[in-house]
Amino acid sequence: MQQFDVIVVGGGHAGAEAAAASARAGARTALVTFDVRAVGAMSCNPAIGGLGKGHLVREVDAFDGLLGRAADAGAIHYRMLNRSKGSAVQGPRVQADRKRFRAAVQAMLATQDNLHIIAGEAAALILRNDRVEGIRLADGSEMFGKVVVLCTGTFLGGTLFRGEERFEGGRIGENAAKKLAEQLRGADMPMARLKTGTPPRLDGRTIDWACLEEQPSDADEWTMSPLTERRMNPQVFCAITRTNAKSHEIIAQNLHRSPMFTGAIGAAGPRYCPSIEDKIHRFADRDAHQVFLEPEGLDTHLVYPNGISTSLPVDVQEAMLRTMAGLENVVMEVPGYAVEYDHIDPRALGADLQLKAIPGLYCAGQINGTTGYEEAAAQGLIAGLNAACKILDRAPPAIDRANSYMAVMVDDLTLHGVSEPYRMLTARAEYRLRLRANNATTRLTPLALKVGAVGAERADWFARREDERSTWNTDLEKTVAATDMANAGLAVKRDAGRKTLKEWLTLPDLRMADLSPWLSTNCDPFSPLAEELTEDAAYAPYLARQEAELRDLRSSEGLELAVDFPFAEVPGLSNEMVERLSAAQPRNLAAAGRIRGITPAALAALLVHAKRRNQAA
Amino acid sequence: MDTIFALSSGQPPAGIGVIRMTGPKVRAALEAIVGKVPEPRRATRAMFRNVSRETLDDGLVVFFPGPKSVTGEDLAEFHCHGGRAVIAAVENSLAEIDGCRRAEPGEFTRRAFANGRIDLSEAEGLADLLSAETEIQRRSAMAMMGGALSQKVERWREDLLQLSAQVEAVLDFDDEDDVAALPEAFDQSLAALYSSLLEALDAPYAETLREGFRVALAGPPNAGKSTLFNALVESEAAITADIAGTTRDILTQSVAISGVPFTFVDMAGLREEGGDQIESIGIARAHEEIARADLVLWLGPEGEGPEGSWEIAAQVDRDGSTKSAADLRVSAVTGEGMAQLRSALLQEARAAMPQPGSAALNARQRERLREAELSLKSAQQESDPLLIAENLRRTRQAFDALVGRTSTEDVLDALFGRFCIGK
Repeated sequence: MQQFDVIVVGGGHAGAEAAAASARAGARTALVTFDVRAVGAMSCNPAIGGLGKGHLVREVDAFDGLLGRAADAGAIHYRMLNRSKGSAVQGPRVQADRKRFRAAVQAMLATQDNLHIIAGEAAALILRNDRVEGIRLADGSEMFGKVVVLCTGTFLGGTLFRGEERFEGGRIGENAAKKLAEQLRGADMPMARLKTGTPPRLDGRTIDWACLEEQPSDADEWTMSPLTERRMNPQVFCAITRTNAKSHEIIAQNLHRSPMFTGAIGAAGPRYCPSIEDKIHRFADRDAHQVFLEPEGLDTHLVYPNGISTSLPVDVQEAMLRTMAGLENVVMEVPGYAVEYDHIDPRALGADLQLKAIPGLYCAGQINGTTGYEEAAAQGLIAGLNAACKILDRAPPAIDRANSYMAVMVDDLTLHGVSEPYRMLTARAEYRLRLRANNATTRLTPLALKVGAVGAERADWFARREDERSTWNTDLEKTVAATDMANAGLAVKRDAGRKTLKEWLTLPDLRMADLSPWLSTNCDPFSPLAEELTEDAAYAPYLARQEAELRDLRSSEGLELAVDFPFAEVPGLSNEMVERLSAAQPRNLAAAGRIRGITPAALAALLVHAKRRNQAA
Repeated sequence: MDTIFALSSGQPPAGIGVIRMTGPKVRAALEAIVGKVPEPRRATRAMFRNVSRETLDDGLVVFFPGPKSVTGEDLAEFHCHGGRAVIAAVENSLAEIDGCRRAEPGEFTRRAFANGRIDLSEAEGLADLLSAETEIQRRSAMAMMGGALSQKVERWREDLLQLSAQVEAVLDFDDEDDVAALPEAFDQSLAALYSSLLEALDAPYAETLREGFRVALAGPPNAGKSTLFNALVESEAAITADIAGTTRDILTQSVAISGVPFTFVDMAGLREEGGDQIESIGIARAHEEIARADLVLWLGPEGEGPEGSWEIAAQVDRDGSTKSAADLRVSAVTGEGMAQLRSALLQEARAAMPQPGSAALNARQRERLREAELSLKSAQQESDPLLIAENLRRTRQAFDALVGRTSTEDVLDALFGRFCIGK
């Protein structure tokens, strides 16, 4: 019999990150997975990051997670999305070589202290008095752990669909976790089904690249993780093709063979990443949809056509592909498919991603109704750290909606639940201006250090960076007269008086490099830190105005609603309001205010009643 | 929770007195006083009795079971005769019932608000309604209580959400080829929303309605201000005499002329020298009043009055006024010109007041709306969609605060302090 502090079930992005975080924090951790060689596999698109998602990558990285560095290790194409817009919504995204990415994840896990990777199928949870005590493997052996983190992805009761075909499994060619799904359903957990899909994989050698619009990798040398000193791989380009009237016709004629439309798949799929048949059906007026052709790696000829996820029958997929420019003679190596899987209603979870009804059982990733590697990894990190903190008796990391996208996601999930796979968007974060992808370190690494989740390398790097920052801060407080600025040839009005460099920086026409004459020699105005400080200055008036709002938020958060708060007893609340509140179980008044459809009058009633109760208690 | 009651009609003596009661003990109180719980929402005649079964009055009771009552709780009205003794007797009997007490100021509305029956702006409307003394005050308050402002803000909020959605699409779906830039109509819709807000801000204020159109009578000593003041308020409120400097302090009187509320202000005569210390203080106050007034009637030498004031040739009965271009010529003594003055005042005041039935904004609401307006203005000036989005978000915050979607305690306390008892 084996004894662990934390047992993580699943070796995808959530599981790998949960296990690594728990082990980094110092808990004795086991990672149990069907196939140890598949740990860190990218099941769908060979890309990491994007809008909102790039923020999550940087946040996981700021906690010394795996995702950012593994992405750099695999990156063969870098692209900063929204480059023309404000930095707070710029989204770093890379194409990653599948093999190199997976190898990097496995290498980091292999050298991680306190971590054991075990091959096996987790067949059942060992429960005693509604507390989890470990897991039973399919071979009958048992593992004991103080807590268990479930990161089962699409494997929990997974079913694959392709045209009229059905397979059991979480990914093509791999088993599903059927027994565990049955146990969870039997345990009266609030379960539901969701759907996702993946496009076919193409043989890149049969694509006519010459006739397609190329998308080169960004020339500037940014990386996903600041710990990655330089790009490691040769950079390749992607290409863009489009669907057309002919492709749409083929799809429309065969909609009745798609399990999405035959009713075989009842579950909701992601609105933000719809299948091509869904796009054709819902946006019938559109005559073309973009398809990005993304190479899957340096030493594979496989190409991922991003934008045409599908579960149409194999022959239809092939015919549709060949209608598109550049794909006239394409060979389809693996057809696309849809997968339907079990997930838990995340409203059953606390902010630590622990099931309220089964103490000691944590969930992260698609099991909580999300989609995406980045969303999964971030939840894995949070669940792993919270699990470890619980065992090690430490305060969990103090993340909230005002300091991280990770907390925004967890709050959204646990408060609103999901009606479709949840994907991160920058629009979800109300304090977006302070949650930039490029200030994740500043926001979160101090919190990560506090919970002991940071390895020596990053801790050293961060300490050096803090020294650098303090030099910068001193420099930026220096006052300089407008005349001196003007004499140096800068576009400044001579009568503008004396200001600190920081104040000068708020002028839209002044860049950090313009201030070089007044900066210390070791302050590089082109460094990432300089860029961050420049943006801080630019957003300063907005951030200052948010302070009052944050104070209000904190005070409403201070009015707590107990776990079993009897919303039905609040006088005057309509049945609809009671239902919404009871389903969401907001932890405090601020959270109640975020529930959709809650009226001001209902909120006021809740405020007064909660105050009265808290006073009585 | 206590059961509370209060006299909700005017101060006795009056024709009838209505005592309202709300809370969990309402049924028990009905049993105790009239011996039964009457059919809901139906006026029922009953004998009112005290604990010793002595008859107090012969009146009507109406019972409104919760939660569909104005307070969201069981509520009853006791309609009795309006003499002081009767009302006191019924109130005392109610107070003797265990768990029942007299209401604090604003407590009824606070319960309605606490029970989710009304939102913040509706509660504010109710507060205004309760203190409404004239017809147009009442109609404005009714509009507010009926949710006129909430509905308006809700429409703005929906327009705003549409705008936000367009910006967010640009920010979050950069790579999709159909949402690369803001649609052309965006700027127009934003401008339309902005001008709708400006219009609301430019509308007459609720305070004017609540406090009356403020008319100050100013001029040098012994110019006939107090005599005119008395004539306007139709009372002998101000002492008049031919001695210069008779009025040393500020005297205000609220009256309704044709249903429009006015506050007339009489004050010390303005003079540079002479007089004692008390009179100088009076003069200083007079200057403050002139600044505060909505309109100044200038009774002094032609052209020397404050800007925007009306030149009044008063005392035309005496020596023939010396003003060559007076706006109005009156004699408070003979009544000459008084009708014209009243009608001119009425016209001016009506223009400055909220239209009957419209939701006039009070100071708190105006401040929130001003925040919304400033954020929307910045949104129009920004070109970075990220900052446009942030400004739209701030606008939404201000709207939420306006109707109490993010109600904080201080707002509530400020609001409920204003209520008089029992409504």
